[in-house]
Amino acid sequence: MSLLLTAEDWQTIGLTIKLAGTVTLCLFVVGTPIAWWLGRTASRLKGPIGAVVALPLVLPPSVLGFYLLLAMGPYGFIGHFTNWLGVHPLPFTFWGLVVASTFYSLPFMVQPLQNAFEAVGDKPLEAAATLRASPWDAFFSVALPMALPGFLTGGILTFAHTVGEFGVVLMIGGNLPGETRVASVQIYDHVEAMEYAGAHRLSAVMLVFSFLVLLGLYAWRPNPKKA
Amino acid sequence: MAADTIDLDLTLRWPEFTLRVAQSLPGRGVTALFGHSGSGKTTLLRCVAGLERPQGTLRFKGQSWQDGNIFLPAYKRPLGYVFQDANLFPHLSVRGNLRYGMKRAGRGMVRIDDIVELLGIGHLLERKPARLSGGERQRVGIARALALQPQLLLMDEPLSALDIKRKQEILPYLERLHNELDIPILYVTHAPAEVLRLADHVVMMGGGQVQASLPLREAVAQPDSPLFAGQSHVAVIQARAEEATDGLRRLQVAGQWLRVPEDACSSCQPGKTMRLQLAARDVSISLLHLPEISINNQLQARVVDIAPAAHPVNVLVRLELGDGQLLFAEITRASRERLELHPGMLVWALVKAVALAGDMTA
Repeated sequence: MSLLLTAEDWQTIGLTIKLAGTVTLCLFVVGTPIAWWLGRTASRLKGPIGAVVALPLVLPPSVLGFYLLLAMGPYGFIGHFTNWLGVHPLPFTFWGLVVASTFYSLPFMVQPLQNAFEAVGDKPLEAAATLRASPWDAFFSVALPMALPGFLTGGILTFAHTVGEFGVVLMIGGNLPGETRVASVQIYDHVEAMEYAGAHRLSAVMLVFSFLVLLGLYAWRPNPKKA
Repeated sequence: MAADTIDLDLTLRWPEFTLRVAQSLPGRGVTALFGHSGSGKTTLLRCVAGLERPQGTLRFKGQSWQDGNIFLPAYKRPLGYVFQDANLFPHLSVRGNLRYGMKRAGRGMVRIDDIVELLGIGHLLERKPARLSGGERQRVGIARALALQPQLLLMDEPLSALDIKRKQEILPYLERLHNELDIPILYVTHAPAEVLRLADHVVMMGGGQVQASLPLREAVAQPDSPLFAGQSHVAVIQARAEEATDGLRRLQVAGQWLRVPEDACSSCQPGKTMRLQLAARDVSISLLHLPEISINNQLQARVVDIAPAAHPVNVLVRLELGDGQLLFAEITRASRERLELHPGMLVWALVKAVALAGDMTA
């Protein structure tokens, strides 16, 4: 049953899934309005905002993690905010990882959603308006269902990308068992400790998982050459 | 401002196009917005719908839809809009598309059987739009707009995306709309044939402005009417259906009769007023009544004037019937010389073909 993994390994896998799931949910909420705006605006800010959203695609995770660490620290703006709220500072906590990963995975959610909203276009929304649907109503009853494939793609990519995170986790979360030690960090620890067998087993689990996710994604996507 | 009109005073400025319309449109019947592409007819329709945001005022039968800073958004206007390509929601079935607007317009339990039957879409209700033909989609689009029970129906070239066969399939439904529902319709088109068949009133658009707004009868009466640019003229005449004998239906026009095959006019019940189209090329002129000729339909009329026709060897003779209705005869210049035709002469118009274009319940 244990697949030869230790209890600690299982804990890191559980934490990884919890982190990826939470980040995916957060990004559905945060990414949707950003993607909607990017997909429909004619504003000059579209270019700059789009570039900011895409930054995590090219930045080394350590750069992003470094800035986020500063921002979340006692003198950063997120730090001031958590201090004002009277909650624990975010660095080296699970929720710190969630916030950092949300930034880091932003383009993986926003870009598929933006494409999906652009593909929906104005016309169905105009039809909805002439059928008495307010803009909010039209968003939920027309744009959202028509963009559903984009939500699936964005969700899967975000989840998978967060599972594969390493650099940002190390910068923000460190390596606290049960709190911030996710699978990718655990593998690193195994290697550091020369436990190659342990690293092999956990790596194999990650490899199979990643392959299955991508297989599902590509197999599910309708083939435009057919139909 | 009469309470039965649609009063527009709208300006919309785009970088390379300006729409400027100050016009009062009839609050009943079919008003065709006619013009070439780029004339602003669809833009005007979108302004009325609230899909564009022009400056100015818009009043529909006394209700203010736009005035200064007040702008009633599209979803609060009591109208139905039929898009050029139907624009159905792909994620909903035909039934879902019909229900979408009904639910929101508070027409929850209204019976749509009549509308479904009027447009002949009963067998399509469970299908997704992707599995409909172009003509079927357009019929569903029309039904979806009608299911709202709108006070105004806006139609943006509902036939232009369809081939001839599909057009013929939908035109009868549009005629039934015109006859069976008492909703004013604004109908955008660039096809003269649709204007002649459906419209009561014509607004000629060009360069973002209204060039003329007049009843169909007057629109077709002009020798240089844009409705016939380069084509043979067509007169639109109203006639009252009477009894049928020998398989021929009699239609009364100004105290005279036209006879058409009974089966060409299934809706010709006695007493109904019918709309007829008489193409100028199907009308010849004789100075005498001719009993010894195969042409049945001979109408006495007075020559009003004679104008150049589209073809240089022909002239267009405008003829007035006893009740003031006009028809046209396109004849050669040589015939005109031979008959010595001049304005004021009484002649016989020999009508070789009559096209019935639906009944008029005006």
